[in-house]
Amino acid sequence: MWGIMRQRAACKAYHALNLEQGIRAIALRAFSSSAKQMTVRDALNSALDEEMSADPKVFIMGEEVGEYQGAYKISKGLLDKYGPERVVDTPITEAGFAGIGVGAAYYGLRPVIEFMTFNFSMQAIDHIINSAAKSNYMSAGQISVPIVFRGPNGAAAGVGAQHSQCYAAWYGAIPGLKVLAPYSSEDARGLLKAAIRDPDPVVFLENELLYGESFPISDEVLDSSFSLPIGKAKIEREGKDVTITAFSKMVGYALQAADILAKEGINAEVINLRTIRPLDRSTINSSVRKTNRLVTVEEGFPQHGVGAEICATVVEDSFEYLDAPVERIAGADVPMPYAANLERMAVPQVEDIVRAAKRACYRSR
Amino acid sequence: MAMWLAKSRIITNFLKTKICTPNNSYKTLAGDCSRKPRGLWDNSSAAVLDFRRPESARAGGQVEAVAYSDDDDNDANQAMEFPGGRVTFTHQMKFISESPEKRVPCYRVLDDDGYPIPGSSFEQVDKETAVKMYRSMVTLQIMDTIFYEAQRQGRISFYLTSMGEEAINIATAAALTSDDVVLPQYREPGILLWRGFTLEQFTAQLFGTKDAASGRGVAYSLKMDNKEACAVAFMGDGCTSEGDFHAGMNFAAVLEAPVIFICRNNGWAISTPISEQFRSDGVVVKGQAYGIRSIRVDGNDTLAVYSAIRTAREMAIREQKPILVEALTYRVGHHSTSDDSTKYRSSNEIEHWRTARNPTTRFRKWVQTNGWWRDEDETELRESIRKQVLNAIQVADKTEKPSLEELFTEVYDRVPANLREQEKSLRETVKRHQQDFPTDVPV
Repeated sequence: MWGIMRQRAACKAYHALNLEQGIRAIALRAFSSSAKQMTVRDALNSALDEEMSADPKVFIMGEEVGEYQGAYKISKGLLDKYGPERVVDTPITEAGFAGIGVGAAYYGLRPVIEFMTFNFSMQAIDHIINSAAKSNYMSAGQISVPIVFRGPNGAAAGVGAQHSQCYAAWYGAIPGLKVLAPYSSEDARGLLKAAIRDPDPVVFLENELLYGESFPISDEVLDSSFSLPIGKAKIEREGKDVTITAFSKMVGYALQAADILAKEGINAEVINLRTIRPLDRSTINSSVRKTNRLVTVEEGFPQHGVGAEICATVVEDSFEYLDAPVERIAGADVPMPYAANLERMAVPQVEDIVRAAKRACYRSR
Repeated sequence: MAMWLAKSRIITNFLKTKICTPNNSYKTLAGDCSRKPRGLWDNSSAAVLDFRRPESARAGGQVEAVAYSDDDDNDANQAMEFPGGRVTFTHQMKFISESPEKRVPCYRVLDDDGYPIPGSSFEQVDKETAVKMYRSMVTLQIMDTIFYEAQRQGRISFYLTSMGEEAINIATAAALTSDDVVLPQYREPGILLWRGFTLEQFTAQLFGTKDAASGRGVAYSLKMDNKEACAVAFMGDGCTSEGDFHAGMNFAAVLEAPVIFICRNNGWAISTPISEQFRSDGVVVKGQAYGIRSIRVDGNDTLAVYSAIRTAREMAIREQKPILVEALTYRVGHHSTSDDSTKYRSSNEIEHWRTARNPTTRFRKWVQTNGWWRDEDETELRESIRKQVLNAIQVADKTEKPSLEELFTEVYDRVPANLREQEKSLRETVKRHQQDFPTDVPV
């Protein structure tokens, strides 16, 4: 009997479950949230694969996405599986392939355009904003643009000023765009699937340093129909003393900061924004009304940043609830330095978040 | 530039002695557009318009550049393989000249008086199509005149005329089918006209009434492959300086896209004359640089434009490749209602092109010579269109403007929560401070 169960388990093996786990799962007869881990890279790859399989109109276009398996291997295996008509390698012309993508979207296809980093999206920004974001409005709803622009955003490590900028604030300002910023593998899978299925243009801001990070993942998330709602933030850690908002890599830093703060008796609530536009103002405000203190965290430049918008929204809607001024943690107001020691100083670190939270709690100057 | 003109004058004179026609060659703004050289054009098919190498698009195999002398035949067998293909090499160091000895000739079919040039080949146009084309060109002219005036009177905020470019607008539209997807710039309302956009709809759009949103006649349908259709992109001469032009042309060639690039070279980009826009022989020569088949056509010759676009369309669809069409013309009107072009060009020049080189008059002559149009038809048409436009304006003046709700709809596929909140908040504000808001926005 065990032999038969082992065979069944082997047949049902999903994402290379080991045999023991398989048997245990079947014996338990429930999809428990076991210790399955998935990297963000695999999460994105599997989401792309599943959406391409489900809808023949979905295709990927960008530099190195095909033969090279993706500059960061996000599109690994997809060229072999779907062929060159659906995984299109392009010359180095962002303006060109972004424009083609938008044209294809006008036509009814569902392109996923990859920028090697969002710094290069500046070459195509006219198409993203004027050709994609504004078209539905300018055509009175007749031209829908179901396109996704995705790629790594923000600082990596030692890539210098022209390759380290965060574009969340820029794209987050544009009506007609939706802007997503996943953190965990669950975020990556759920939000990318939602983005591809969405009828509006979506800017999908990934993070290069997160690609290799593993996160626990449940079976529900692994299901091909899984998706996360756009415009809904997630409370990663509940707390009552101070609200810390963050997105992308900074969520991890905020959680680490929260652990440190907990040891000092400060119970921080960490909000993973997940969506930059439309911003989940209600979750943020509800949290601040509970904790009365706010620290916003982002990697990008401070002026006109995401934190500035969050601060404004909280001051507008929950002013009486604030017991302390809002603390903004952002990247330094300088082009990203190349020297490693200076680069470290130019990007928020866990200690910066801890100190800011303490300031908000009047526990330090 | 002076050398070009001198040389082309020599060629023109030479040709004049060979071809007996009553008319002189015509001058364009940029210089002489020499007559079709004899021999190339008789009984021609589209193939002679192909300035490409006959065999393959890849480099190698044939000595191509005009500048090279016969000495190079000795080297013809010596070739080398490089990424991109085989190239023969030469022991003589020669630079390809920055300007060709001869400018690319311009395809035309009707002379300035509207008579078909003997020996010219073109697509036949039946009476129904010809009359429809002519009527549309006149409608466009009248529409332009009245709407320009309306802007001057402050009744609409902005307008761009297509004066001088009626032939390009209408002949192109007529040569395409309704399945072809047109991506216009801003000087192609004639395409909309041809495809059924009514004068009332144009007026609604310009006056920004609530009916402007409906936009019939501009349908982008979902098409899959193997459809007998192509895409058509319009641009002006100035547009070819944009980086996008390079990207678009390059990609279209590499991806073998069935698209026709139509460049309306009208001599001016607002106040920038083409001599300050590029130093190439116009736009047609850029086609070969991308591996794109191209043609230069007289944009004021309705039949030539019609024929060229028909053929381009066939090629694009049958061979699944892009085609570049440079239509030479002249922008008779100002760039837009925000421009006064007499500030940077002479009124004489404008007047010359408005009268002696008018594409509509030229086509009219051809249509009338065929017995398809009479002077009475002309008066009747002009009066009727004028009345229609003025009537449409009266109606639009009285029509409601879009309601407040429309400010927030269609930003996204579905109105998101934050915009619904903003709308609610705006309504409350308008209610509370009615005196601060215009009365013509229905709440």
